[in-house]
Amino acid sequence: MAGVVAFDLASVRLREVNRFLHRDAPGNGTRRVTIANPDGAHSIAVGVNAPIAIDIDGHAGYYAGGMNQHAEITIRGNAGPGVAEGMCSGRVHVTGFASVAAGAAGHGGLLVVDGDASLRCGISMKGIDIVVGGSVGDYSAFMAQAGRLVVCGDAGDALGDSLYEAVIYVRGNVKSLGADAHEEPMTDADCAALGGLLAQAGFTHDPRGWKRVASMRSLYHWNADANQEY
Amino acid sequence: MCGIVGLLLKKPELRSDLGRMMVPMLVGMTERGPDSAGMAVYGAPAADGSLKFSLYSGAGRFDWAALEAAARQVLAGVALEAIANHAVLETSEPVARVKAWLRSSFPELSLLAVGRAIDLYKDVGAPAEIAARYDFARLSGTHLVGHTRMATESAVTPAHAHPFTAGEDFCLVHNGSLSNPGSVRRRLQLQGIPFDTDNDTEAACRFIEYRMREGDDLQAALRHGFDELDGFYTFLMGTRDELAIVRDAFSCKPAIVAETDDYVAISSEFRSLARLPGIRHASLFEPKPEEIYVWRA
Repeated sequence: MAGVVAFDLASVRLREVNRFLHRDAPGNGTRRVTIANPDGAHSIAVGVNAPIAIDIDGHAGYYAGGMNQHAEITIRGNAGPGVAEGMCSGRVHVTGFASVAAGAAGHGGLLVVDGDASLRCGISMKGIDIVVGGSVGDYSAFMAQAGRLVVCGDAGDALGDSLYEAVIYVRGNVKSLGADAHEEPMTDADCAALGGLLAQAGFTHDPRGWKRVASMRSLYHWNADANQEY
Repeated sequence: MCGIVGLLLKKPELRSDLGRMMVPMLVGMTERGPDSAGMAVYGAPAADGSLKFSLYSGAGRFDWAALEAAARQVLAGVALEAIANHAVLETSEPVARVKAWLRSSFPELSLLAVGRAIDLYKDVGAPAEIAARYDFARLSGTHLVGHTRMATESAVTPAHAHPFTAGEDFCLVHNGSLSNPGSVRRRLQLQGIPFDTDNDTEAACRFIEYRMREGDDLQAALRHGFDELDGFYTFLMGTRDELAIVRDAFSCKPAIVAETDDYVAISSEFRSLARLPGIRHASLFEPKPEEIYVWRA
């Protein structure tokens, strides 16, 4: 098929694949790249800056799809720590589960995890949207600055600790909220935004009846009377 | 950074494949631990009333035949199997007498492990070199605990390599670093427990074994560990008939478990499990923080 390039990491070095994605694929007509036998390798399709589809057929290791711009990356399996870390645009879709720090520090784009995401999902997110079909682990959205984290299952301990302006939507239970995070009423605008994110991610849940978690903004200013108690 | 690997076979007919299945797992963790590697294998148990002593001779050649001949003069029920600078000495003599004899007759030897079932190998070098040096592929048994080390807090020596052992048939490997090993060590030393190294992992190993000697089962000992051991850790442990893993509350150090009808395989990362037979259909999960996972051999 025109515009489709296939790599097999059982026989090709990852460096060659990433070099192709960085140097050759932009502007040479490549529309889709398939990567077989990823076998947990680190840094697959990191730093891509081109509107191409990348299919990773299996489990990926650390940092898959990190710093992505424009690419639509699908991991047909599980992702290791830091999947889509620092993503700016485009989309990363994990059909299995994601390890710790999924979408960490992402500036934009959409990360979809069909299964669970482990601890620190969306830590320090800066504008990325993350939709998790299952549950997220402890300390998720820690110090999250902008963007939206959608959790179709449950959230662990200390959700949204030290939140800035990111918003979290949870369908299930929240084990505990972190410092300065609180639950707020869902508005019509929230339902519309959440419905849009769920539709983009391919989930059919009704957006009504979810929890909205956001910052109380009480940590924005230094309080000398708090005596280090938060 | 370090790599951990564990493998437990569910079917007796697979036991002769234990080493062959494990070597790619261990070598697959080389990038996480290029300094040293070690392997504790729970193999065929010693004869009734006997124990196995894993010995290490350090660099240079060692005359194991001479040791075997000397052992036959003074110890009962002796059998010895040597490979390179490791040997497993089996004897029905009481532990204290064997240790005293080793100390006086062969002070240059290190005693790595004692138990009914455990054989232990550890050395410095790349995991593939160590696996070849001791022919790990030949090993058979019910389960094993392995480690590849990238030293961060104490020296690169065979003694500092993992697994660490304490008591009989207990071993522990660690990915992470403890922040209070000194205070744990001092408290145990007050109980008369001796230490071989200044390594943080040895403190955790001796703490867990001490709790089990005080009457805890492995699960209770590990719950005490959550209270007493501070720092980052994924601990993988073996007892005579169990393989166990725990991670600290923050779970910064990775771990993944693959389970099939044939085996339970554990590693720091999936890439070291990717060569296992049937891995595409294995059930995969990451151990949750401060949950105790134990499988029986």
